[in-house]
Amino acid sequence: MKKIKKIKIKINGKLSTINDSLSLLEYLKKLKIPLKKVAIELNQEIIDKNKLSKIKLKNNDKMEIVHFIGGG
Amino acid sequence: MKKDQLKIAKKKFDSRLIVGTGKYRSMSECAKAINLSGAKIVTVAVRRVNITDKKKPILMDYIDPKKITYLPNTAGCFNSIEALRTLRLAREIGGWKLVKLEVLGDKKNLFPDMIETLKSTEVLTKEGFEVMVYCNDDPLMAKRLENVGACAIMPLAAPIGSGLGIQNITNIKIIRSQTKLPLIIDAGLGQASDAVISMELGCDGVLANTAIAKAKKPFEMALAFKNAVIAGRQSFLAGRIEKTLYGSPSSPTKGII
Repeated sequence: MKKIKKIKIKINGKLSTINDSLSLLEYLKKLKIPLKKVAIELNQEIIDKNKLSKIKLKNNDKMEIVHFIGGG
Repeated sequence: MKKDQLKIAKKKFDSRLIVGTGKYRSMSECAKAINLSGAKIVTVAVRRVNITDKKKPILMDYIDPKKITYLPNTAGCFNSIEALRTLRLAREIGGWKLVKLEVLGDKKNLFPDMIETLKSTEVLTKEGFEVMVYCNDDPLMAKRLENVGACAIMPLAAPIGSGLGIQNITNIKIIRSQTKLPLIIDAGLGQASDAVISMELGCDGVLANTAIAKAKKPFEMALAFKNAVIAGRQSFLAGRIEKTLYGSPSSPTKGII
């Protein structure tokens, strides 16, 4: 059986260990992120939400998931 | 009577009051206050999603962006790079092009850094954003913002959240006289009469957040601001009388017994 490799990524400033086989879309679905209400930045680059399934997360990736909150 | 709408970047809005969505005790309080204020535009901030606690309420569940225009704001950004990053992300969330740029220069008084603001306005405009710009009450900088493509000028009345009301009426009058762009008083208002004064100066609108959210009774204050903006606008359109030094009787002097 193929051993699943783990990678470490930083998501919204917090370190997380995940399976390296996951696509960005799979990972965000696992986190139950409401994709229509957020924007995603990977290593300081904004990701087109239509291309999430084509992106594979790598070790040391830094991701930001943002949304709108109350503000002045 | 012709419908008197606020026009910004070719869009029309039925209210001249813009309301901030920060500092409320709860999302439901915020949503109710906005409803009472009649505002059709609300400012919102871009922040990290809470990954660990997904039960935390989301703003969009309370205020429907299809009914109320979300105006993403860069509050909390202290340089051009942060502001550009924030608004590019905001655009990605739902295609928002109409944005409010606010680049702060000092944590204590929250005055805008106008050099960074000017730089950011130029870049954002070139990227296709429609940029409403928070700025100082400085007519020269207001003109420069207009020259680089700002779609609305938003001078402060006083420091953000201070509640001091308009501190420099003369400068606001000068900015009004030099621009046809929408002029919206942003920041520092404390009570409804401040909104009346702003509108009577010929401004196109006002933005209030703390004055409503932190009033002892936010719902009543939201309503007061709604009425104040309408009253101030009507007073401006009606045209005030000339000021004179001496009295002029309101009753006819003829026929006095």
